Amino acid sequence: MSRAALLVLADGRFPAGGHAHSGGAEAAVRAGRITGAASLEDFCRGRLHTTGLVSASLAAAAALGADPVTLDAAADARTPSSALRAVARRLGRQLMRAARATWPSGELDSLAREFPKGAHQPVVLGLVARAAGLGAQDAAYCAAYESVSGPATAVVRLLSLDPFDASAVLARLAPELDLVADRAGEAARRVPSDGIEALPAVSAPLLEITAEDHATWPVRLFAS
Amino acid sequence: MHLDHTHDGPTAVSADAHRPDGRRRALRIGLGGPVGSGKTATVAGLCRALRDELSLAVVTNDIYTREDAEFLLREAVLPPERITAVETGACPHTAIRDDISANLEAVEDLEDEIGPLDLILVESGGDNLTATFSKGLVDAQIFVIDVAGGDDIPRKGGPGVTTADLLVVNKTDLAPYVGSDLARMAADARAQRAELPVVFQSLRTRAGVGEVAGWVRAQLAAWTA
Repeated sequence: MSRAALLVLADGRFPAGGHAHSGGAEAAVRAGRITGAASLEDFCRGRLHTTGLVSASLAAAAALGADPVTLDAAADARTPSSALRAVARRLGRQLMRAARATWPSGELDSLAREFPKGAHQPVVLGLVARAAGLGAQDAAYCAAYESVSGPATAVVRLLSLDPFDASAVLARLAPELDLVADRAGEAARRVPSDGIEALPAVSAPLLEITAEDHATWPVRLFAS
Repeated sequence: MHLDHTHDGPTAVSADAHRPDGRRRALRIGLGGPVGSGKTATVAGLCRALRDELSLAVVTNDIYTREDAEFLLREAVLPPERITAVETGACPHTAIRDDISANLEAVEDLEDEIGPLDLILVESGGDNLTATFSKGLVDAQIFVIDVAGGDDIPRKGGPGVTTADLLVVNKTDLAPYVGSDLARMAADARAQRAELPVVFQSLRTRAGVGEVAGWVRAQLAAWTA
């Protein structure tokens, strides 16, 4: 295992399609809920402890070898918005493409065959971590970090926010990222004994509702 | 062109010349260039010129709308199922160069859903002079500039002007009205591009339209040879 593989996978420039998505930030900016660094931090904190925790747990469980088909169904059940389910599968498919070229693996090939139009992105992420020789905690960290780095980068473009302020928001969230990755790892380790219900099922209703609305906008900068 | 770029094993990698079922995939040609230079109109012109002899499809990469795709739909240059729009998160050059995953998905879906295609045109959203397509996404690229954008653009160069497989200088009919010197543009382009071809095009007078289509036919002939 190479520690540095984690940097390759977590790099925002890893070509897996994330750049076109704002994680709900575009809708929140339009609604006036994100207006600067402080409200971006609130938004990211909320997303981290809901969507972020769920994604991190799914990724960690996949990295530990839980059945990806079961995990994919669990991800569906934890994503009420059909627009967000479609986004998660599209991003899963894009990550799959990038990862199969980067870390070729039989497990990724069979998941790609099982889900030609894409499995949920966190499930794919967990298997990618395995293929890259990384552990469950690493997969959880990647998912948790993505849940906040996506909106932070998007808000730099949406509000012309000072990019240093956006980076400082992410740095201030770091201790909570540790906490979420730990909780996700613990939950994933309980799956073999307690079943898939051991994974958290928290959600952020406003993110689900605004995603449905955002998907109908005729003019938008981000796909979600 | 990278005609024989193949990989071993089941991994579907972007530049593979063959699809998983072993058939040769469609030739992919990218069209890039600054905002308003006439990329979408050039795509429409190519569709009209080639649609009766080839099976073709178009992927657009708009900056923040679906306007380019909708223009092509409105003009009815192709049936709607042959036109797909990719959303780029406000960054077309990222989607055509740095992270091509969404575009590859779009070209793959078109070939899966429509059946064998000869040619897919991938249009970038309007961008700057450094925007070029990844070799993992397209086999050849056309850079479209126009005379009204300033006749010094060929002299300024940049990766689009100097390295594109074909440079199209569009809207030549406007040259007298905007004071652009076509001879100077041609000389500067030659200096920047050495042997690489340049076509001066006017979609209004039809000058050069046939040449662009002819260049595409030659690319396709080399691809299928």
